[in-house]
Amino acid sequence: MKVLIPGALRSYTQSHEAAAHGATLDEALEDLDRQYPGIRFRVIDEQGKVRRHIRIFVNGASAESLSMHMQPSDEVILVQALSGG
Amino acid sequence: MSTTALLVSTRKGAWIFRADATRTTWEIDGPHFLGHIISHMVLDPRDQTTLLAAAKTGHLGPTVFRSTDWGRNWQEAVQPPAFAKVPEGESGRSVDHTFWLTPANSNEPGVWYAGTSPQGLFRSADGGVTWTELPSVNDSLKFREWMGSEKDGTPDGPKLHSIIVDPRDSNHLYFGMSGGGVHESLDRGVTWRVLINGMEVPEGFDFDVANPAFHDPHCLRICPNDPDRIYQQNHSGIYRIDRPSDHWVRIGRNMPSAVGDIGFTMTVHPRDANTAWVFPMDGSSVWPRTSPDGKPAVYVTRDSGATWQRQDAGMPAEQAWWTVKRQAMCCDAHESVGLYFGTTSGELWFSADEGLRWRCIARHLPEIYAVEAAVF
Repeated sequence: MKVLIPGALRSYTQSHEAAAHGATLDEALEDLDRQYPGIRFRVIDEQGKVRRHIRIFVNGASAESLSMHMQPSDEVILVQALSGG
Repeated sequence: MSTTALLVSTRKGAWIFRADATRTTWEIDGPHFLGHIISHMVLDPRDQTTLLAAAKTGHLGPTVFRSTDWGRNWQEAVQPPAFAKVPEGESGRSVDHTFWLTPANSNEPGVWYAGTSPQGLFRSADGGVTWTELPSVNDSLKFREWMGSEKDGTPDGPKLHSIIVDPRDSNHLYFGMSGGGVHESLDRGVTWRVLINGMEVPEGFDFDVANPAFHDPHCLRICPNDPDRIYQQNHSGIYRIDRPSDHWVRIGRNMPSAVGDIGFTMTVHPRDANTAWVFPMDGSSVWPRTSPDGKPAVYVTRDSGATWQRQDAGMPAEQAWWTVKRQAMCCDAHESVGLYFGTTSGELWFSADEGLRWRCIARHLPEIYAVEAAVF
């Protein structure tokens, strides 16, 4: 599936877009981390929760959970939410 | 000719300032990690080449970066400090930021300690590439009780800080918790004992002085030439302890009453354990955390805290409402000791004569969190 990468994470991917595989959103993020080591921990904390100022959208809708099932045709968008000055 | 380097960590990135031994002119290298919140950047004194930087951003989670070429290239930790994942359904802690970095002694190359917010203690045995928890602190129900909740700390989270490795004995460790007291280990962090005797708690409340939860050490500094002596700037005064005594003495009582003895930071002379410097702040009423009366000054003691002298030559005489955070004052090891501090308003100040005269060597930086000096 296609993953759109926010500016804050492009130091990992060197691109605004990456490809990831997985049956769930969590697996897709794990796959992304295998390709770009360290990227997942910047987005997901050690308890498996999406960090406070990160939002994840799947096909334009807010992701319901990291365990949601994914299809190869899905598009994931990682977004930097507002976090102050 | 030696080089003096200042490692400046700020709310929006890191800078390295370099000067020759005369410390007359300073070259600026940076920003590194522009936009990252850098809590602490530290040089490994064992190789004088490796830098570690504790980083996060407003959006992204915490990590530690490592450079072996003085910041030309940075590599991210493979396993940054992180608490253990708890079983499904239970509530676990997550590291918000790594706050403090301390290299171990030369007999333990590659060993570092890190303190985090929420409060946790971590160790790396490979130069900061991977970090593991010290369960004696992080998993201890007693420590968790002393740490309290998010409300029991500074506005951006309670912090484990001032990790000290006794230069004579790598098994002998200290650290402070804001809040949660001062703690000591004699077995490299397997077991710990509380070290708060003599420390006072905020006045006007019915706090139990024997409970570490009510103690808020801001900064601990061990004296390099007399490691039995430690100075402490606390939420409730300035203290000194001379081991093996386990009793802190409130030497801040000898500060001018109009200034008081509240502050965040403290630094000690590299070769004279009787000399230490503080940067007092206004801790009255609602705790403005500014220089008292808008008149910033360093205070020095040359007699272990019996007397204090004001040092403000060169600083603004009035209407300067900044202060200095706990990691943001330090000294170098030159014959005439250089003193440095960074302000909450982004200014970097320097004295080449142990505090007698001050000059500002950088303005308009972001809020400064930490300043470390190195001579090599």
